Amino acid sequence: MMQTVLLLSVPVVLPLLAAGVSLLLSPFPIAQRVLGTAVLAAVLVDAAVLLSLVDSSGRQVLQAGGHPVPLGITLVADRFSALALVVAVVVCLAVLLYAIGQGSAERRIENVPSVFHPTYLVLVAGIALVLLTGDLFTLFVGFEVMLMASYVLTTLGPTVERVRAGMIYVSSSLTATILLLTTIGLVYAVTGTVNLAQLSELVPQLSPGLRDFLALLLLAVLGIKAAMVPLHWWLPDSYPAAPAPITAVFAALLTKVAVYAIVRTQTLLFPREEPWTLLLVLAAVTMLVGILGALAQHDLNRVLSFTLVSHIGFMLFGLAMSSVLGLTGTILYFVHHITVQAALFLVAGLVEQRRSTTELSRLGGLATAAPVLGALFLVPALSISGMPPLAGFLGKLALLQAAVADGTAQVLAVAGIALLTSLLTLAAMGRVWAAVFWGPPPAQRAPAGQEEDGAHEGDEAEPHRRTTTVRRAGRLRTVAAALAVSSGLAVAAGAGPLSAFAERAATDLADRAGYRTAVLDEGSNP
Amino acid sequence: MNASNVTLALVVGALFAGGSYLLLQRSLLRIVLGFVLLGHAANLVLLVAGGPAGPAPVAGETGVPEAADPLPQAMAITAVVITLAVTALLLALADRSVTLRGDDDVPDAVEDALADREDTGQVEESR
Repeated sequence: MMQTVLLLSVPVVLPLLAAGVSLLLSPFPIAQRVLGTAVLAAVLVDAAVLLSLVDSSGRQVLQAGGHPVPLGITLVADRFSALALVVAVVVCLAVLLYAIGQGSAERRIENVPSVFHPTYLVLVAGIALVLLTGDLFTLFVGFEVMLMASYVLTTLGPTVERVRAGMIYVSSSLTATILLLTTIGLVYAVTGTVNLAQLSELVPQLSPGLRDFLALLLLAVLGIKAAMVPLHWWLPDSYPAAPAPITAVFAALLTKVAVYAIVRTQTLLFPREEPWTLLLVLAAVTMLVGILGALAQHDLNRVLSFTLVSHIGFMLFGLAMSSVLGLTGTILYFVHHITVQAALFLVAGLVEQRRSTTELSRLGGLATAAPVLGALFLVPALSISGMPPLAGFLGKLALLQAAVADGTAQVLAVAGIALLTSLLTLAAMGRVWAAVFWGPPPAQRAPAGQEEDGAHEGDEAEPHRRTTTVRRAGRLRTVAAALAVSSGLAVAAGAGPLSAFAERAATDLADRAGYRTAVLDEGSNP
Repeated sequence: MNASNVTLALVVGALFAGGSYLLLQRSLLRIVLGFVLLGHAANLVLLVAGGPAGPAPVAGETGVPEAADPLPQAMAITAVVITLAVTALLLALADRSVTLRGDDDVPDAVEDALADREDTGQVEESR
């Protein structure tokens, strides 16, 4: 019991406490770095232990403060949430190392101490809360904690470009937030509880019209946060403006956390026997619009942002099939997508650091100038295009197998679109590769005095290039990017056990009665 | 549990309408005011969700059946705190925008501006 309490609360409570301490430590940047890294490492160990415990002895439940079920805050870990937590923390750790290597983390703005480290820890706490929560309102609070931190991180060191992106990002996220709150109010009005376990019992008893209405509301509000087409408008405009490590952690985690919330709420509250046609259509549109957008872009970060949107569609596809096999595919793709997006954006950051721009037309020749960078880009790029034997192939294979097992015409049609999207992704990545790594290197330009991108990058990297520690810092960044890339490779290497695990996790998701028993029985005798 | 209070429903509707209208404006300050209205609307929805009004739910003073439902009230106060914090952040952003660019208008998306440039063949800087 004590063990469960500790394991479930540490990922949320420890980063929050450390955030406060880190704020006090702001005159001592080195202490902040050590604290941040140590806390994330501790959370990672905790999450790994939680994962093995959940796998061996089933769901773990904590009623915070010992309050009975509908009143207190319920934390639940099952296989999917524990796995998601482990992957999320690995990525957060890699990005933190990268940010430390970049040295942007502790930059003071005017004479205000930098808030990067405390905010980053709050972000981790928010992500952990969303992944572990067992009620709808705490889900909302977790999202808010995470988003508040993300608002601060996007607008850290505000340039004109970041203020512009920040306005769009904060306004769209806040709209989604208020709609989510309204939806929670409506759910409470209808059922009288926000506990997911109780809801899973009550919601299926509602009239079909009311039930579908709530399902659509939840899908739409979480869809904004997950950047599901046609609710993706804000993402490609706001992500590229943030500093490279921030973009990487947002791209890897924020949208995926929303996908997790969609999967959790839809599987638990609105069980379906048949494939869900609406979500199938949305998944197909997301894949196509995203990847066509990526092909039309002229900026490395924007290409990656649109690719990110496109591949959200794959996870929705798995969910839309409403089968254990489909959910297995979603979980595998979820893990793959987190690691691959972090890796791609971190490498894009390295490219930006070398060339002071991310515009494709002004890049080139990096394959000879920086072969290591080329290799670091090539692996995740091939992985996201679904090349065997990398992780992306694993996820896509699972989804396509599920589609074939389902066999209905609409599912097979979407599977065809998924294949087409993979091909177009390969084309988009090939285009990036040709523009960035092949061809003649761009003519030497003056480092400063360019338009927007150059000027914006100037304050980021230029002063550092001249300092003596630059080589070591650059090496740490490359190591951090390599860590992200190799976590993707680890997913591919552990394909066998991971697939089996994902299948058990998907069975967990479909087993709603088990979830109820775990949460409600635990609640009755705390 | 199902309260059908027409007045509150109308107020919620009016707040959502006004808030949505303000969200569609250019100036960030108006957008912030829009969020304030929307936040109130969402909190009223939570309040209505709690059922009919009753005496304050204090343990030992009011019985369970007649007291007002405390859970939506707890949620509403959490939501109020969150909205307050985000509003403050948005105002800071608007202030920074005025310092950096001279106004607090939300600019067009980069790609829209590019498309405009291609359409009209001229560079439009001010947006």
